[in-house]
Amino acid sequence: MSEVKPYPPRVLVTKIGLDGHDRGSRIVASYLRDAGMEVIYTNPWQELDSVVKLAMEEDVDVIGISSLATDHLLVPKLMRSLSDAGLSHIRVIVGGIVPDLDEMELKKAGVSRVFHPGSTREDIIDSVNQLAIQALEARPSF
Amino acid sequence: MTELSTGLTSLLAGESTALARAITAVDNEHPVARDILGAIQAYLGKALVVGFTGPPGAGKSTLVNRFITEMRARSKSVGVVAVDPSSPITGGALLGDRIRMSEHTLDSGVFIRSLASRGHLGGLSISAARIVDIMDAAGREIVILETVGTGQSEVEMAEIADVRVVVLAPGLGDDVQAIKAGILEIADILVVNKSDMPLAKQTVRQLKGMLALRAPVERQVPIIETSALDGKGIPDLSEAVFDQGTNHASTKKLKSADRYRRLLAQTTARLAETLVHQQAHTHLKTVLEELKNADINLDTAACRALKILNENLLND
Repeated sequence: MSEVKPYPPRVLVTKIGLDGHDRGSRIVASYLRDAGMEVIYTNPWQELDSVVKLAMEEDVDVIGISSLATDHLLVPKLMRSLSDAGLSHIRVIVGGIVPDLDEMELKKAGVSRVFHPGSTREDIIDSVNQLAIQALEARPSF
Repeated sequence: MTELSTGLTSLLAGESTALARAITAVDNEHPVARDILGAIQAYLGKALVVGFTGPPGAGKSTLVNRFITEMRARSKSVGVVAVDPSSPITGGALLGDRIRMSEHTLDSGVFIRSLASRGHLGGLSISAARIVDIMDAAGREIVILETVGTGQSEVEMAEIADVRVVVLAPGLGDDVQAIKAGILEIADILVVNKSDMPLAKQTVRQLKGMLALRAPVERQVPIIETSALDGKGIPDLSEAVFDQGTNHASTKKLKSADRYRRLLAQTTARLAETLVHQQAHTHLKTVLEELKNADINLDTAACRALKILNENLLND
């Protein structure tokens, strides 16, 4: 009885910065829920420190940041904070309006994927599932 | 004297990351969970476990948010276990209880964990009792257990909490009728939340009437009116919680031996259910056929099924 059972990926879906347009994040949260994942959903306007504490307490595998008004520029700082908190195994994705040049910066900072308008439900779900497996493998043992 | 692992040492020292990972291990039935649960046994029983239950939309999460503020004002460290339902179809869940508690996110004295019920009935998840234990072992002085929105019979919280708070909202007249044989019976404290709403007094009267018809018991169940909106009644609720928690031995949760018997019974039932669905054994098919033809009754069929499963388990 030593095998590790498969369990639903845990995903934090949130928004940082001052933009409150949360329609997109709600839709993605519903997609992931309907794909069998456990989604921790928050209000928009989260501070970076709050996102880190939420991710730590909820022990999530993936963080999804929705950004429609340049708040993705805060994500590199979030990546550093996650790393400082010993949470660098958590995979981070960004979805919304992200210019190509910014996408390169985000990838350089450690963001796993950036989803643009027109991304399909299947692509998002597959990607989050795979990233959750990566996070599980990279996770520090207890 | 066995050496504790680094993770266990951190957990017992109350370190949040270790607490979060221990909870995950137990929730996912990871092999390391056994070591954790074994090691913490000696450190249990310090926390006051306060359960909040009630129908969906009664304002449980918002009330818990206010209750946390009150506990923090009294310098108590707080752990919250908030359970939301998993989809019976996809297994997925949207965990949103902590949205109402966001003002406490950055307070290191408050640790909130959302759990999905994962198909378990009874208002909690199968792991909830053990996760409460882990928070206790990690030194959280007040552990708050918030159930999914409940109806008639989700009374499992009663076995885990030291103090059981049943939260109702006004205007649910028919619902009060509907639940009076269910969760109202487990209440140590009845809360009428949203007391700023017009029908609050009527709900309080209905509850008082219900309590008056009860067989006499040694302790009174207080009815407290609260408004999570403006904080009215929250100090009264806190007083009542401490009063019930410290002064009434009869409200103490079930002895741990009884709890583990319950847990074993539930887990065994779950295993049997899975096996009955999976087994293609010819004897089981015979039992099913006889049951369908009403040659045997359900009790006999269940006994025979257990015997067949037992033989197959031994063969493993």
